[in-house]
This record gives sequence, structure tokens and C-alpha cells, in this order.
Amino acid sequence: MTREQKSLWLHAAVVLVLGALYFVLPEYHAGNLARIMVLAVYAMGYNLLFGYTGLLSLGHAMFFAAGMYGFGLAVNHGGLPAGAAVLIGIAATLVVSVVVGFLALRTRDVAFMIVMLMFAQTGYLIILYFGEFTRGDEGFVVQQAQRGLFGFDLSAQGIRYWAALILFSACLLGIAKGVNSRFGKALVAVRENEERARMLGYDTHRLKFLAVVLSGVLSGAAGAAYGLLFGYIGSTFATVQYSIFPLLWVLLGGAGTTLGPFVGVLFMFYLIDLSSFLTDAYMFIAGIALLLLTMFAPKGIVGQIRASRVPWLP
Amino acid sequence: MPKNNTRLLTRRQTLKSIGAAAGAGLVMPSIARMAHASTQGPIRLGFEVHRTGIGSSYGRWYERVGTAAAKRINAMGGINGREVEIIAEDDGTDPRRGAEVVERFASLHECDAVFGTLFSHVVFGAAPRAGELKMPYFVISEGYHVAGGLLNRYSFQPGITDVRAQVKAMAPYVSQNLGKKVTMFIPDFAFGHDHRDFFSEAIKNQGGEVLEVIAIPPTETSFTRYFPRIPRDTEMIYHVMVGPAVLTFVRELGEFFGGRGPALFGYIDSLEAVDTASPGLEFLEGSHFWEGMPRFMQPDADAHEKMYREAVGIDENGASVDDPRDISTAGHMFGVWETLSVIKMGMEMSGYQTRADTGSFIEAVESLTKFPLSDDFPQGEKIFNGKTHQVFGHQNISLVEPDGKLKRVHRTSIEDTLYENDVDYTTQSL
Amino acid sequence: MEFGPHLLLASLEGAVSAAVLALTAMGLSIVFGVMRIVNVAHGEFFMLGAVLAWWIASMIGAHPAVGFVVAIVIAPLAVGVIAAVADKVILQRIGYDPERTIVATIGLLYILQQAALMTFGPDARPVTPPFNQRIDLPWFEFTKNGLGLFWPWGLSITSYKLFVVLAAILILTGVWLLMTRTRFGLIMRATQQDREMSQAFGVPVDNVFAYVFGLGAALAAIGAVLVVPVQQAHYLMGHDPLLLSFIVVIIGGLGSLPGTVIAAVLIGMSDGIISVFFSPTLAKIVATMAVAMVLVFRPQGLVGKAAS
Repeated sequence: MTREQKSLWLHAAVVLVLGALYFVLPEYHAGNLARIMVLAVYAMGYNLLFGYTGLLSLGHAMFFAAGMYGFGLAVNHGGLPAGAAVLIGIAATLVVSVVVGFLALRTRDVAFMIVMLMFAQTGYLIILYFGEFTRGDEGFVVQQAQRGLFGFDLSAQGIRYWAALILFSACLLGIAKGVNSRFGKALVAVRENEERARMLGYDTHRLKFLAVVLSGVLSGAAGAAYGLLFGYIGSTFATVQYSIFPLLWVLLGGAGTTLGPFVGVLFMFYLIDLSSFLTDAYMFIAGIALLLLTMFAPKGIVGQIRASRVPWLP
Repeated sequence: MPKNNTRLLTRRQTLKSIGAAAGAGLVMPSIARMAHASTQGPIRLGFEVHRTGIGSSYGRWYERVGTAAAKRINAMGGINGREVEIIAEDDGTDPRRGAEVVERFASLHECDAVFGTLFSHVVFGAAPRAGELKMPYFVISEGYHVAGGLLNRYSFQPGITDVRAQVKAMAPYVSQNLGKKVTMFIPDFAFGHDHRDFFSEAIKNQGGEVLEVIAIPPTETSFTRYFPRIPRDTEMIYHVMVGPAVLTFVRELGEFFGGRGPALFGYIDSLEAVDTASPGLEFLEGSHFWEGMPRFMQPDADAHEKMYREAVGIDENGASVDDPRDISTAGHMFGVWETLSVIKMGMEMSGYQTRADTGSFIEAVESLTKFPLSDDFPQGEKIFNGKTHQVFGHQNISLVEPDGKLKRVHRTSIEDTLYENDVDYTTQSL
Repeated sequence: MEFGPHLLLASLEGAVSAAVLALTAMGLSIVFGVMRIVNVAHGEFFMLGAVLAWWIASMIGAHPAVGFVVAIVIAPLAVGVIAAVADKVILQRIGYDPERTIVATIGLLYILQQAALMTFGPDARPVTPPFNQRIDLPWFEFTKNGLGLFWPWGLSITSYKLFVVLAAILILTGVWLLMTRTRFGLIMRATQQDREMSQAFGVPVDNVFAYVFGLGAALAAIGAVLVVPVQQAHYLMGHDPLLLSFIVVIIGGLGSLPGTVIAAVLIGMSDGIISVFFSPTLAKIVATMAVAMVLVFRPQGLVGKAAS
């Protein structure tokens, strides 16, 4: 089997296993997995920019929030049906990421990171400032009746799971295909050595711009899906905390791997969930786990497996 | 703390078995009754606590009160003859974690009901999940979300009066005694905006007006530069701040005016869990505060209030009996106690036994109308509105005395708090 | 309040925040300059300084000034030692790899925050200032009799706030002398310019890094001890100083010490002055956008040289 075929089989297997798990897992864990899959889409969006293109952003919460608020405001104030509202959410993210990408890519390295952070902070404050519409920090609930798509009630446990799985699989397979394409390889070239990529005739600025936009739109889609599936829109999702999360997930799971983001979210989620059985100080355990992982598995979980055992891992 | 509670129960169970082995009447009758019904196990109540994050000052005290209230209920024979087991979990004062914790309570711990959430954004994050899981969800948040019709049939607020009602009841007294031209300091939160909107309306009805509203962003740590926005003809400053920077805010306000400024009226939220005798707060002398329940023991405190204060472990100054520097959130935390009383009433009325009885439990709570002043409701009598799922009670206005203590100077009537219904949750399906 | 006095008051308040910010950001800047790492736990060292100051001051319980003086000596030292140990135990093991350092310092952030919550508790705790007189300030006006002075409502500052500004200037001068006039400073600058070469010349780079990391944390702690009589210690207080210090370090030009001070003054002051013109939240939005735009159009920072 070629590398590509192996990768295709692997991703198909992951999707099938996740589908089968729904019938096996107790209700509580199935619910968690739905949430994890949506957040994994956010992490995959982040990974596209950070893991493949090598741009470290601390402002992705603004994309996630743009999708979420675009969706939520369109439903609650625009009275739109959920499907159209999701598209509005994605369109809102597209606009935000085009503008932000245009401005922020004038900078590089740490300055890029900080500019993204500043833009995200502005976004958060804007949500608070227009509290009349957004209900500020409190946020608002999207009522069960407004959360139907193609006649399905997305607030129902089972349908929610399948919707999350469909979104997750589409993104996973799309990215798996994309990273093997010319475009994907060009992005990696930018990450590895931007100067050389430029010499080879790539328009590196354009590539980076496309990466920001794609990454932003994926993050925004995750945000809109989160609002749709879980029914809550809130400014917490626009805070710095939610810009740091995808970075952690991706680094823990393995930057620049297709499955790393999912594994990272899964790991972090259950780390906190399980340790909260043991102690109130679950952040303490999370902190120690982060230290240990970065000391002993610096490439992230999937990255480490690839480096030591399975070199073909996508 | 849940662990203490479990230990307590274990000890009680041990005691029970010793008693049985000895074959003597060592065991109190109530416990014997519980032993009889305990074949079904305890009633499990999920307690969503802000142990970490910005709500943690409140969360710690909410937890102490919840533990004390459950202990009392168990000493009286539990609910429907069954022990009450409190399962407390931290939500990090985060809406996403709040929703996850509700899922844990419902699916993992198999709780019968959930209570305890305070911060409004966490309520908003968690309430939809509670509704989807058909989990009765009792908040103690003073937000206008429940009565405002923003949540669902499974959400209740039977332990504390909401902000709209509080503000409405405050307006007559403060406008007559402190001033009619008002400048408001609010956090630029939905909670602050509720204060702004409802107070502006209420003071207008009293013939006063709000001259200026200064909404402070939540990340702010210093405030002096905003004070020059206060118009010169302001007669009263109305402040309600939340979060760790509240003490800085109040101190800087004092430094700015140097004791010559307009009258001050604040919500105790601005100083909850903060010692009123802290350095720099001397200027607060003579200013007024809203309190849900008085922090300092009042001379006319009744037996119920005294019993409650002893049970939750606060001294005459509203500080922990173990550490006088550990100031309670007395203005709000009584709501936890009273919420548990309401859960008990509802479950006993409906003969609640299993989760299948949730519907009749909800309907039983909705049928409640009055809570009398009693050990169950030590803050005072209350009116409950089963349509809006919201409770209404007396509100207190207290004056800061020269020794830094708060003395109650006015207690509003319950009628002052009432307003038209915005929602009828009973029309929603169960 | 009229425009003039309002502006003066906002500038004075801005100067106080600028002073504390300069100290905190200087710590981050030195660490970044010499070690080339982004320390996300920097704000937590700030928080530790404030919490220790409260703890020391309440332990001593004598005149507030005594507690304060002891705190400003002990707290930064203790925080510096904690940071140096963290550097030896963690950062050195991961070879100061930029990305791994970010994860490791986020881990450190969680640990320090949770430790503070468990020991210090969730409440905001005040420290009594050693002295605190309110000083009313005059403003001028033109009357029929010519230039006259009057005392506008609320235009004042406290003696302690003035002291904070003065102390920050003194300490920053000390740091500058340390960097330029001492052997330790020389070694640091050499390491900053060329790590391998310094090592070849016998500089114990590992030890230098531990000292630098400790010094950076100690500077944050000093800033915190100075500010805690004005603000109060709280276990979540590290968040804001971290963000602001980051901004200052970047705007100032990475690792440039004079640039850091200039940027701190600029950002501290502009935050105050912008608040004169806009409502509070809008002022924050404008200030944040302004910073972003400065970076977008001058990515090398204000003092840094253009990228070659």
C-alpha cells in the first residue's frame, strides 16, 4: 500500500470507530464525544495554520466566536432558520479572517502572535460593548425550537452525535486529502523554510493568506456548530482562554498531524474530567500533565508515535 | 464539602450499624426512619459550585451553606424518608464547563436535581443542557434570566429575589433619602445592563433621573480616571461592581471625593466577601448598601436567623467562626439554604421517588405560592410565582456605621418587588 | 470635570500604571532578550509577588511600613528563587525550545494559579500602604484678575501613588546599571548576542539563564509588591499584567530595554488619556486596536531596527 492509501484507510477507520462507539458508549461519554468532535474541528482549523504553515496565532477565539455569534445573532435577531444562520456564521468568519489575514500578515513571528491576540481582544470587547444585542458576558440561549436542521432536532442526544460526526469526518477527510495536495505541500514548504519556498517560485504571502482564511473559516464553522448543537452563545468563547486552548490541544496531540488535534482535545478533556473525580485541584493535575508531556513527548502524542514507531502516520 | 458530607454520612451509617448490633435504642428515631427507606438509596442532589474562576469567593460560601442545609435536612429525616446526598462539582465559573457538569450530574451521578449556580453566564451556558436532559435546575443567581423567560421549564430561582425586583424595591427609599439625580457605576456586563435599565425606569417613576451611566469593562483594574465623568450635580452614586477589583473601585472612589462627594448607594455585591473595615474604606461611613440578608447580626434578629447563622458558621460580623478575616457572602448565600428547603417541599408534595417523578416534582414546585418565615426560610417570608419560576422577598437597606458595621435602616415590603409576568413556563411541555 | 483637569488626572493615573507596567514588562523583556523564550507564566510571578506581600505584611502585623519594607525585599527574592528553580528543573530540560517552552510555561501557570487558590484562597486581599496622604492638586484659570489657581473637584493623587512612580524609576535605573556597568550585565549581554560564542569563552550559560529567569520574575514581583497597596492581591490577577507586558515588549522592539520603558510609558499613559475621550469599554477597544495597528504598520516595534 502506498502512503496515501494507508492514510485513507486509517482515517476511514477512525470515522467508522467513532460511529460504532455511539452504540457502545454510555450516554454520558457519547455526549462528551460529540462535544470533543466539534472542538476537534476547531483544533484542526488551528492546526492548519500552526501545524502545517508554521504561524503561531493567539487569536483564534475571534474566528470561533465570529462563527458562533454570526449564527446565534442571525437566529435570535434575524429570525433565520438554523441552516441559513450557520452559513451566515461561516460568512462572518470569512470576512473577519480576510480582513485580519490582510493586516496581520504584515507581521511575523512573535509580532504576528501578538497582533492576532490584540485583534481577538478587540473582538471580545466589541461583543461586550454591543451588549444590547449580544447580552454581553451572559450571552444567550438558542432555544430548542430554533435548532432544527433539515427537519432534525439537533438538541436530541443521538442526532447531535451524528451531526458532530458528519462535520468532524468531513473536515478530517478534507484535511487528510488537502495536506497531500500541491497546496498542502506548499504550506509545509512555507513552514520549513519560507525563504527557500519563495526562491522556488511560490507566492508565500498568498499561501499564508489562504492558510489564515481557511483556518479561520474552519474555526468559525466549529463555532457555529457549537452554538447550533449546544444552544449557548457566550463571550467566554471569545476570551484569550479559548485562543490558548487550540494551541494546547494541537501541541499535545501533535502539530502537523491529521489526527493530532482530535487526540489532543480528547486527552485534555478526559484529563480534566477524570481528575475532577480525584481532586478539586484538577488544574494542578492538568498543569503537571502539560509539563510532563512537553518534557517527555515534545512532538505531541501522535507526533511521538510517528517519530518512534509509525513513520507513515499522516 | 462533599467529602466531609460523605464522611459524615458514613459515620452516621456506622453509628446505625452499631446501634443495630447493640439492639438498643441508641439511634435517633429520624435515623431509624431513614434506615427503613434507604433501600432505594439517597436522594442525590448535584451542586454546581464555582470553586475556581472569578466566582470562587462566592462558591466557597455557597458550598458551606449547602453542606449545612443538607446536614440539617438529614438530621430531620431527609426527604421522603431518604437521606440527601450532595454531590458537589466545580464548574470553574465557565459556561462550557457548567454545561458539562450538568451532563455529569445527569448521566454519570444520576442526580435527582441540580442546584447552586450563581454567575449568570454559567446559568445561560448550563440551563439549555439541563432542559434537554429534563433535569430540574435551581439557580441562586439573582439574575433576571429565569423570570425574564430566557431559560426553560426546568429552571427555577426559588431562593433569591431577582435583580429587577430588587432594583424596583430599592428605588423609593433611595430616591427619597439619598437623592434623585443619580450617576450609576456598573460592570459592562449583561448583569450591569439589567441594573441600568431597571433602575433608570424605577427612579423615573419616583420623579428622579439617571444623569450618567458609567459602564466599566470587566478587565479593568484601576478606576480613578473614570470618576471625572461623574456630573457635578449628581446627588447619589449608585454602584454595583463584581469581581476581584471591587475593593480597588470602592477605595479609589473614596480617595477621589475625599469625603466630600455625593451620597453613595451600593449593592453589597461591590463588597461581598470583603471586610468593610479594610484599610482605605473609612470613607464608606454613612453610605448605604443593599443586602439580601444582613451580614452583621442585627439587634432585632429573630430565632430563625440566629439558628441559620450558627448552622452555616458565621459570627456576629458575618465572618467565618474559624477565621475572622474570612468574610462571608451573607448578602446572597442564604439563597442556597432556602433553595434546598424548596426542593424538599416540592419533593415531599409530589411524593418524589425516582427520576420518573420529575414531571410531578416540577409541577409541585410550580404550585407553591408562599414561603413563611421559618427555619426553612430564615431570610423572611416570600411569595413564589409558579409561572415565572421566581421568588420575591423582603430587601434590606443598610447603613455603614462609624465602626464599619452595617446596620439595617430599611426593609422593603414584598409588594414593592412585584412586577408583571414576562413569561409563563407552565405552558411549555415537560 | 472640565477637560484640562480631567486630562491631568488621567495622565497621573496613567503614570502610575506605566510605572508598574515598566517594571513587569522589563522582566519579560530581559528574559526574552537573553533567553529568546516567551514566558507565559510571567503574570503568575507577578501574582505570586502580590500574594506573598499580603502574606508577609499580615504575618508581621506591626506598623504597615515595616511589613511593606520586609515584603518588598523578601517577596521578589522568593519569587526569583522559585523561577530559577523552575528554569533549572523544567526549561533547561527542554532545551528552551520556543514552542515547548510555551506549553511548559502554560503548565506552570496552571500550577501556580491553583497553588495560590488552595493556599491563599479566592478572595481579594488588601495590603495597607506604608503612607497614604491625599494630595489635592490645583488647576489654573483665566479670570478678570489674570491667571488664577483653583482646586477642582476630585483632582488629586495620593502620596503613595507618587512613591510608586519614583520607586519604579529608581529600580529601573538600578537594572540599567546592572546591565551596563557590572560583570553580570556583561555576561548577560554577551549571552544575548551569541550564545555559542559565550559558551566557548567559558560563560556558564545554563547558570546565567537561571539567574536571568529569576531576575525577570523578581522584577514582576517588585511591580506587584508596589501595586498591591493600591490594588489588592488576588489569585487571578496575573492575567492582565501578562497581556500588557507582552504588548509592551513587542511594541518596544524585542529585547530592547530602552524600547521597553518607552513603550510602557506610552501604553500606560495612552490607556489613561484615551479614557478621557471615550466611554470606558470603547476606550479599551480603541486602545487595543491602536496597539494592533502600530504593530501592523511598524512590525519591528518602535525602537527596533527594520528587519534586514
